[in-house]
Amino acid sequence: MEAVAIDTVWVVVAGCLVLFMQAGFAMLEVGFSRMKNAGAVMAKVLINMCLAFAVFWAIGFAIAFGDGGDFAGATGWFIELGNPDGVPSLAYSAADENTKWFFQATFAAVTLAIVWGSMLDRVRFGAYAPFAIVFVGLIYPVVVHWQWGGGWLYQHGYQDFAGSGVVHLCGATAAFAGAMIVGPRIGKFRDGKPVPIPGHSMPLAILGVLILWVGWQGFNAGSWLAAVGQDLGRVIVVTNLSGIFGVIGATIVARLLLGTLDIGMMGNGAIAGLGAIAGPCGFVAPWGGAVIGLVAGSVMVLVVLGVDRIRVDDPIGAVAGHGGGGSVGVLAPGFLTTPSAAELLGGREGLVYGGGLTQLGWQLVALGAIASFTFVTAWATFALIDRTMGLRAPEDAELQGLDIVEHGMYGYPERFIEVPGATPDDALPELAGAPAGAATAPRLEGES
Amino acid sequence: MKKIEAFIRHEALEAIHDRLAQMGLPSMSVTEVKGSGRQKGFTESYRGARTTIFLRPKLKLEMVVDDVDLERAIDCILELSHTGQPGDGKIFVLPVEESIRVRTGERGPVVLESHDH
Repeated sequence: MEAVAIDTVWVVVAGCLVLFMQAGFAMLEVGFSRMKNAGAVMAKVLINMCLAFAVFWAIGFAIAFGDGGDFAGATGWFIELGNPDGVPSLAYSAADENTKWFFQATFAAVTLAIVWGSMLDRVRFGAYAPFAIVFVGLIYPVVVHWQWGGGWLYQHGYQDFAGSGVVHLCGATAAFAGAMIVGPRIGKFRDGKPVPIPGHSMPLAILGVLILWVGWQGFNAGSWLAAVGQDLGRVIVVTNLSGIFGVIGATIVARLLLGTLDIGMMGNGAIAGLGAIAGPCGFVAPWGGAVIGLVAGSVMVLVVLGVDRIRVDDPIGAVAGHGGGGSVGVLAPGFLTTPSAAELLGGREGLVYGGGLTQLGWQLVALGAIASFTFVTAWATFALIDRTMGLRAPEDAELQGLDIVEHGMYGYPERFIEVPGATPDDALPELAGAPAGAATAPRLEGES
Repeated sequence: MKKIEAFIRHEALEAIHDRLAQMGLPSMSVTEVKGSGRQKGFTESYRGARTTIFLRPKLKLEMVVDDVDLERAIDCILELSHTGQPGDGKIFVLPVEESIRVRTGERGPVVLESHDH
């Protein structure tokens, strides 16, 4: 009884940490967007979080974790809470069923947030709902079912503890497909060369990275879905080692290749290191976490440059951070899984422990399967949205900013319009009141 | 010598600057301004309360050129800031009496020449 209570409390706390990652995405994305789109980014993150929860509640959870076969589940629509048998695929945890749903719903919201990161500053608000229904209702849950729902990848011993493949690679692959279809922002490429469109606030971007980092503790250590008798501490240590070495690796490689201590690259190094350790964090030793982070942070810089080279515009580096990092994290257990972890969690030990090539082979199969399934389905969904209702905001909206055109207001109004009383008047208050015009002709209409 | 004051769209600046620099006319000043013209204002809606904003953000590009360069500079700005929609901006040309380079004290059109001219 006490164990149930402790597990339940930990799953709720971990779920709240993952939920807090939405704040991280919001700050990261707004930092990398331009001022004229600042409000629109906030609205985007908020609505997509809500859409993800709603769709995951209705259908996503059933397909991801329900019974039904190796490919997809089909029980537990609208989560059927109160079912005495609960969800069999999550029965290894004693925690309350409702909290398991909450924890998994926050994962769905994270994955959806990753997708839209690559398409900042140029997507119609109306495109979010149809994509969320297909992605959180079908694409993501199917990938989840393959592994955490007890599907075919799990049965073959694929090792993915908290989702380097299931979450980060899946989200980043869809982000890549979407960025290709929606096209680059106006002015991003000139004569085939990438033109910098700097984000408006590095402080907000790095605040976002650090919030995500905090959230990642729950993302990885919470993936035990239990606390009693589980090795939370090692997961926490491994996670943070990978994150810090992700930053260090990205900083060094960016300095060597670009000649600058690029702040955005440093931040993305953290994303890559943490995304890369999500999958292996239950399987590897601390030194393995450090190696994974270093590799992921370095690979991420190369992916950013590669994405630019093929003229895909990914303003926050979602493809590089989550996709590059996620891919490293999918392959890493094939090398670094410790014998004891393999015995506890399934699969085989890694190559460096003498485990042979079989595990690495299945990690490769998972990489190919997750990436190709997600790419094809996400591409088709984005293409359909693009053909029918339109994925990309009109040129006029992109130039003026999504804030004023789509939302009718600015995230930073003082930057763009005259706001009554926005700046202090230099006249002394006892000498001068408001100008006659301000007093007699209020410009705001409709306010009661 | 003439001074060109051109009010242009933000998106037009980079291409204009690049072209003018290629033409040997790299010297300019650019200011962010807000203005109203034939382009209509836009409506800001804040929690249901609406207000019409007449002043739209534009860039003001100022440059002083020798008389012989005037027409080709104007042609360049005209071509590259044109979209055909209201809000493309306006170009004004003013006479300039004198120009002095602070560093050397030189006077006259020589001041307007770029170094690689």
